[in-house]
Amino acid sequence: MRAEVQDFYRGTYLENTGRYKGIWAWLTSTDHKRIGLMYLYAISAFFIVGVIIGLLMRIELIAPGKTIVEPQAYNGLFTVHGIIMIFMVVIPGLSATFGNFSLPIMIGARDVAFPRLNLFSFYLFLFGSFLAILSQFMRHGPPDTGWTFYAPYSTSTGTNVIMATTAAFILGFSSILTGLNFIVTVHRLRAPGMTFFRMPLFPWAIYATAWIQLLATPVVGITLLMIIAERLFHIGFFDPALGGDPVLYQHLFWIYSHPAVYIMILPAMGVITEIIPTFCQRKVYGYKAIALSSVAIAAVGYLVWGHHMYTSGMSGKSLWLFSFLTFVVAVPSAIKVFNWLATMYKGSIDMKPPFLFALFFIFLFTIGGLTGLVLGALATNVHVHDTSFVVAHFHYIIFGGMGFAAFAAVHYWFPKMYGRMYNIKQATIASIIMFIGFNLLYFPQFIIGIEGMPRRYYDYFPQFQPAQIVSTIGGFVLAAGLVLMFYNLIRSARKGEKAPANPWNGTTLEWQIPSPPPLENFEEIPHIEGKPYNFK
Amino acid sequence: MNYGMPYGASNFVEKIDKTFYFILGIDIFFLILITVLMILFVARYNRKRHQNAVQVKERTWLEVLWITIPLIIVLAMFYIGWKNYIPLRKPPKDALVVKVIGRMWDWQFEYPDGKVATTLYVPLNKPVRLNLYSPDVLHGFFIPAFRIKEDVVPGKNNYTWFKATELGEYDIFCSAYCGMRHAYMYSKVKVVPTAEFDSIMANLEVATSSADGDAIMRNNGCYSCHSKDGTKLVGPSFKGLWGAKKTVITSDGKKQTIVVDEKYIEESILDPNAKVEEGYMPNVMRSYKGVLKDEEIKAIVEYLKKSGDQK
Ligand code: HEC
Ligand code: HEM
Ligand SMILES: [Cu+2]
Ligand SMILES: [Cu+2]
Repeated sequence: MRAEVQDFYRGTYLENTGRYKGIWAWLTSTDHKRIGLMYLYAISAFFIVGVIIGLLMRIELIAPGKTIVEPQAYNGLFTVHGIIMIFMVVIPGLSATFGNFSLPIMIGARDVAFPRLNLFSFYLFLFGSFLAILSQFMRHGPPDTGWTFYAPYSTSTGTNVIMATTAAFILGFSSILTGLNFIVTVHRLRAPGMTFFRMPLFPWAIYATAWIQLLATPVVGITLLMIIAERLFHIGFFDPALGGDPVLYQHLFWIYSHPAVYIMILPAMGVITEIIPTFCQRKVYGYKAIALSSVAIAAVGYLVWGHHMYTSGMSGKSLWLFSFLTFVVAVPSAIKVFNWLATMYKGSIDMKPPFLFALFFIFLFTIGGLTGLVLGALATNVHVHDTSFVVAHFHYIIFGGMGFAAFAAVHYWFPKMYGRMYNIKQATIASIIMFIGFNLLYFPQFIIGIEGMPRRYYDYFPQFQPAQIVSTIGGFVLAAGLVLMFYNLIRSARKGEKAPANPWNGTTLEWQIPSPPPLENFEEIPHIEGKPYNFK
Repeated sequence: MNYGMPYGASNFVEKIDKTFYFILGIDIFFLILITVLMILFVARYNRKRHQNAVQVKERTWLEVLWITIPLIIVLAMFYIGWKNYIPLRKPPKDALVVKVIGRMWDWQFEYPDGKVATTLYVPLNKPVRLNLYSPDVLHGFFIPAFRIKEDVVPGKNNYTWFKATELGEYDIFCSAYCGMRHAYMYSKVKVVPTAEFDSIMANLEVATSSADGDAIMRNNGCYSCHSKDGTKLVGPSFKGLWGAKKTVITSDGKKQTIVVDEKYIEESILDPNAKVEEGYMPNVMRSYKGVLKDEEIKAIVEYLKKSGDQK
């Protein structure tokens, strides 16, 4: 290590140990880059657990009847899978890892506004995750409600719901604090000269996301507390047997959980918006349109939660309105896709792994978005709601979209994080395997969904089996790609070739400082003269 | 005409399938457009061939164009989706009314004259209104062949309706997750000619003849969790129940040994969590307090007394 120390007065953030040594230096660090990496490690670990559970479900579903587990165990599996993937992987996901690692550098700051609070959010995140995992092993058996905790099943089942909801509550709290931190950071710590419209687009996306985290998450917090109160003290909020209303629960739940979809996808779009200009060496097309569409999505996204409840017996007027707004909010996403395409036009395209992942992202996200239109329209929603069509749709959006964007982000900023480069060829092969596996895994679910295969089904009729077999095979192909990708990244973080400060010829600030960055990023805070993405 | 849509057999099928084709058609067009453009750009402007990027000027008209066109398209989708949905909420006044009871984990259908069945028999070409009722948790009433689905929400009077247009048997699934045997909450709708429908109705049993404990239990769905032949379902089997010695766990967590008698059965029905047999989960069976009348519970006990002889 010694030989590589950059000739910079403080050394890099990776080796500067401060008061404590070894792992303690990391666990007590308030440096935004280290916290970002710790999130990355924790989230990757949870992701791998979630994937393994997903594969177990896929094995169970390869044939009708029992294959490996009993129905109750299966119900527990999809519940943990959903909780892990949603609350512990994609909601913190990009915003906690790269919001931490990249955002402060990109706006020319030395750290986030409240570094200690930042570390505290990380520990809340770990604590919440710990409880969620613990709930799997407690006395009454793992929770079996699905990640949506729908009442009154969730208020009456004998399994360990209280601990799981508490976990989700704490995870939500961590998310709120992170959001707050980023909002203040963006407002107060931009480098001199960096007006809002000179800010790169990833920070814009994180900023819009942070507002959603701050404003929407408290609703789910309260809702989860209401479930706990109902279970413990039999106060009737949701259970009609106690005088409550189960549909009220659904409203409260989706008022948060729909905007949460944007917490997941906006940072993903932000990452893609960084990667495409860099690998095309072109100024991003429609800077303002992209920046403002993030804000538009964040704002209108609050008002469409009812599209998850078309069949719950709502009044005709609210159905009308929810469907209408759902279609309106589709437009800003479409704008972004067109802007990305226009950015590629006449560029000088370098097909490196981050860009390849970005292309896959656009394809998969487009499928997810277009099938979302089927779900948004009332007449078609009624038929495919609660079927595997929905399962395919949200995996395309959150895994194909947010997941592939995260892989793109890791491959993009990897040389910055470690000062080393991964094996480009292996990364390319891994991404292609994953792309093929992904489509094999989820595309068949659209088809059987339209044919009437309900979701959260442990068992099914033989006519659905061919598609289920293809899905299961796809799952393992995807997993093989993941193994190769993780192998390449883990190996290269320690043994990869040394990377230059700006391997992709990027223009944003993080590429103007050494790789890996020094402890407080900038020796001298730069002065910003113009717009980002100024390629010569 | 059904390209990819499942077999259709109700008055809604045509309109709903058309909506699918409209939206999916546009979807496929845009997916192809976007994919082809991506591939084209990547091939044409690859760095190997295209060393220097051209910083193309932004044109406002282009942005206005790609905001307006998608907006118009999605609004058209919204409108068609909504218009073709309205009929689903408008059951005709003269419809045959059937009460659908969805509960953990079976379906039961109650006809106006009190007849009950576990298969939904309906006459061809006659509107049928289904009033959806759940005594426990959420369920979803889903007939793919009819393109209808509506949640069965406890405490709410949801409904759906249809007019079957083809004879035959079609699947009824539960679409809303409802616990352990959700995937097995299955029944069928049988569409029959009117004459046959009348004779089926004439032969069905009337709901609760309150003397017969077996019928009461069938009508209340006890048999979806308890078997009569010794098979272990979610709950203990009734075979050999009467007089059996059982280890139970009381609500404060203590182990106890009891002999199944009248009092224990009554308590199990009214307050199932008070004593839970070892090896079974609490909170699975709900209390039937207020659902079953005293004499019905008596009838069940009388019926279960006979279970002791079956050992
Ligand atoms: C949702 C599933 C379910 C339904 C429906 C259900 N039960 Fe149960 N029942 C259980 C379970 C699980 C147990 C064991 C745990 C307990 O005692 O609560 C049980 C226990 C019992 C026992 C005690 C048996 C023993 O061996 O300890 C009796 C008696 C009983 N049920 C009667 C009924 C009757 C009568 C009905 C219909 C009115 C009914 N159950 C409906 C799940 C169900
Ligand atoms: C190899 C990877 C994966 C596999 C094999 C997989 C498989 C599955 C399967 C089989 C189901 C159950 C569907 C059903 O109940 O009908 C499911 C549900 C779900 N998955 Fe995945 N999945 C994977 C990755 C992901 C990722 C990356 C995410 C999110 C980022 C995710 C989020 C969810 C959610 C939210 C549910 C719904 C759970 C519920 O119904 O409560 N999955 N997945
Ligand atoms: Cu939503
Ligand atoms: Cu169900």
